[in-house]
Amino acid sequence: MLKTSPFHPRTAPLVRAQTWRRWSGYQMASAYDPHPDREYAAIRSSAALIDVSPLYKYRITGKDALRLLDRMITRDMAKLRTGQVYYTPWCDAAGKVIDDGTVTRLGESAYRFTSADSSLRWLHMNAVGMEVSIEDISEKMGALSLQGPLSRAILSQATGVDLASLKYFRMIEAKIRDIPVAVSRTGYTGDLGYEIWVDAGSAVALWDALIETGTPYGITPAGVWAMDIARIEAGLIMLDVDYFSSHHALIEARKSTPYEINLGWAVSAEKGPFNGRRALEAERKRGPAWGFVGLEVSWDSFERLYAVHKLPPKIPNIAWRVSAPVTREGRQVGYATSGCWSPLLKKSLALAHLRAPHFEAGTRLKLEVTVEHRREWADAVVRKLPFFDPERKKA
Amino acid sequence: MSASRYDAIVVGGGHNGLVAAAYLARAGKKTLVLERRPLLGGAAVTEEIFPGFKFSVFSYVVSLLRPEIIRDLDLPRHGLQILPLESTVTPLDNGDYLASWSDPDETRRELCRHSPRDADAAVVFGRLMHHMAMAVKPILGMVPPDPASLSPGDLAGLLKLGGHFRSLGPERFHALHKLMTMSSADYLDEWFELDALKATKSASGIIGTFLGPRSPGSAYVLLHHYMGELDGAFRAWGFQKGGTGAISNTIADAARAHGAEMRTGAAVERVLVRNGRATGVALANGEEIAANLVLSGLDPRLTFTRLVDPKELPGELVDGIRRYKFRGSSGKVNLALAGLPNFTCMPGVGPHLRGAMSISPSIDYLERAYDDAKYGEFSRNPYMDIVIPSMIDPQMAPPGKHVMSIFVQYAPYHLNGGWTDARREAFGDAVVKTLARYAPNIESLILHKQVLTPDDIERVTGLSEGNIFQGELALQQLFFLRPVPRWAKYRTPIHGYWQCGAGTHPGGGIMGASGRLAALEILKAAA
Repeated sequence: MLKTSPFHPRTAPLVRAQTWRRWSGYQMASAYDPHPDREYAAIRSSAALIDVSPLYKYRITGKDALRLLDRMITRDMAKLRTGQVYYTPWCDAAGKVIDDGTVTRLGESAYRFTSADSSLRWLHMNAVGMEVSIEDISEKMGALSLQGPLSRAILSQATGVDLASLKYFRMIEAKIRDIPVAVSRTGYTGDLGYEIWVDAGSAVALWDALIETGTPYGITPAGVWAMDIARIEAGLIMLDVDYFSSHHALIEARKSTPYEINLGWAVSAEKGPFNGRRALEAERKRGPAWGFVGLEVSWDSFERLYAVHKLPPKIPNIAWRVSAPVTREGRQVGYATSGCWSPLLKKSLALAHLRAPHFEAGTRLKLEVTVEHRREWADAVVRKLPFFDPERKKA
Repeated sequence: MSASRYDAIVVGGGHNGLVAAAYLARAGKKTLVLERRPLLGGAAVTEEIFPGFKFSVFSYVVSLLRPEIIRDLDLPRHGLQILPLESTVTPLDNGDYLASWSDPDETRRELCRHSPRDADAAVVFGRLMHHMAMAVKPILGMVPPDPASLSPGDLAGLLKLGGHFRSLGPERFHALHKLMTMSSADYLDEWFELDALKATKSASGIIGTFLGPRSPGSAYVLLHHYMGELDGAFRAWGFQKGGTGAISNTIADAARAHGAEMRTGAAVERVLVRNGRATGVALANGEEIAANLVLSGLDPRLTFTRLVDPKELPGELVDGIRRYKFRGSSGKVNLALAGLPNFTCMPGVGPHLRGAMSISPSIDYLERAYDDAKYGEFSRNPYMDIVIPSMIDPQMAPPGKHVMSIFVQYAPYHLNGGWTDARREAFGDAVVKTLARYAPNIESLILHKQVLTPDDIERVTGLSEGNIFQGELALQQLFFLRPVPRWAKYRTPIHGYWQCGAGTHPGGGIMGASGRLAALEILKAAA
């Protein structure tokens, strides 16, 4: 049996076409409408309410909590202040990425750690000999992501707190109709948005409160399909889609370092020992063998491929997640791992792994596409990520 | 004369003028747009006519905005954001409804509920229209070749066009001929039995024209709808965030990014002409601004008989322009609402309120609405296309409040006895009364009502006779005949004086094609 999220009693009746998907062993909505157009539009125009409860969540406390996390992640824990959130990858000893997620400092020696994949074993392995308590709170806690330009107005009204003062990647405790919640200014859409963490027992009441407060602002429940388009526009990477965990990869070639998946910025050059430090230092000096970048497909070339068949170009209305070869001057230089039509930017976008030196912005490449059952090559150009980065995200 | 001299001046900051300016500026031309009103946009403007409530005062949805313009000018970077407008619901007089949803399967099931035969026919009809739209659509992106001309350019254009038509095959070519000549009611009769379906489909064929669904020639405009669907992948159909004025601002910003200048509150009195050549413009305040090129984004009547002295022009052209039909036939009612309307056919809040509600229960209903107008009266029971923009973009109204846009037909420009405040009031009342038959709570929700007759549209925007398309989209005024034969390629007899408004091919709607093609012709001529 797949698990259901604590919000399931409210979300389930809304899934009109029974478009469910698996997410970490949970049954989650791909979309509530048969198509994600409106849900996606809410992310960029008003506010979308997305159930992200399947994330793995851990509460880490005790004298050595900081030491444990500092040993695991690539960012410098010494700089994480109470009420601050890190987005970070963590690596094995060879510097290959295991997973990516967030670390929130809840208090002097209390942290919340989230990950895409189960991390309990890895946390314990790294905690050997440390005075630390690791509690898996994945099922005890529900999480909602409220994303979009009007998310602040809705949440400020719901909490009675002016959230304009809550900075990007900061967290506060608040109450929504007497329900204690943690509100972090985080998300997976690249827009202005917040994640709301709640005790599973209060999940339904929180959902009702947010829907009621949000309705005059156009709040729209949104599923994974809509979020997937937004995260590609935002250039945000996804485990098991864009890269493999070094703990799961069956062959070396499937592993990536943070530098190879555009997370080099999150590797601290100053901090003390941590998993993978030596390998990553060497790679920083050497330069990564791969880059993870955006590809923008030329509409004209795409249209021409269809015009041959007297067809208008066909574009999927959900993101694709298959590997597509990328070539330069006839030679394969990499592969795209996911992509979508951006309804906002009116462009076909893809996220791609490219070998050095082919990942420089502006490089002209070709991306394999299937047109009328045939393999064809569309012109594409390398773009720096993110594709879409509105001021309101951090303002 | 002002000190600075421009390469090009665009008269009128409507969306086509702005598109033309953006293309010219992009090609390095020093370009100035002059707009009489305090805001840019022409008929695509958003105004807060009641505190806190924003209205797309005239034009209210985006349908055929050309994808190439979106790309060339990188409009998304300048704020283009088109939100989905997903459904059309037609309330029926028996209390039921006919709906078309964003999901084709749902739509088919809904149609099946009324007529299984029509549900099947709709699929085949859709395929036929697809093919015809594929053949006709390239016309939107080309300067119309004149079949009476033997110039190499015209012949090449005709050959290209002939190719498109030949590719249709005989069966579809015959269907296209029918489509070009028949009335939409007759044409749809050949396919469907459901009256409300035919009425709702044919409604798109009468918008902006002084024709009824039984008037020959009204079928062709059906194709426009399907041309929009061909761009479906591009999803350029829907509701612009912030209203249609936001589209104008987006295009203006793109033009500015390329160096174009904009001046609002700058009414052009006339185009300066010396020795058969345009040399600049004179403003109403007496200021003169010199330019090598002057483009008029205004309609053909203003372009040829107001901005220049008709004496400068060949008599046959002036005659043609005088015969060119405007005959504004539509009005607009904009409502600020305290809450949401409750439609009897679909009570409560539902997805229908995020789409269009079409008051078009039957062909007879539409034809009777036209009958009133034919004899100089506004329709007592008009056709209405209703959207609630605040349901799609909540920022159009204060939280929990709403704006409603009602496009109304028919409201003839030449009303018996002329338009007066009292007649405008009566027209607005007829609209609200008609709507109240389907949504009885509407009257109790109205906080503010703005009623616009064709007379008001002309007064505010300048559009002659209040025609929203700068002249009817009737067959005798389309393609190489728009606005008049021999002058359909954006040129005028005055050197350096060009047309770029919707009164030229292909015209109509927030398409931008006229502005783009005009600018490209100008750049080609200069090269």
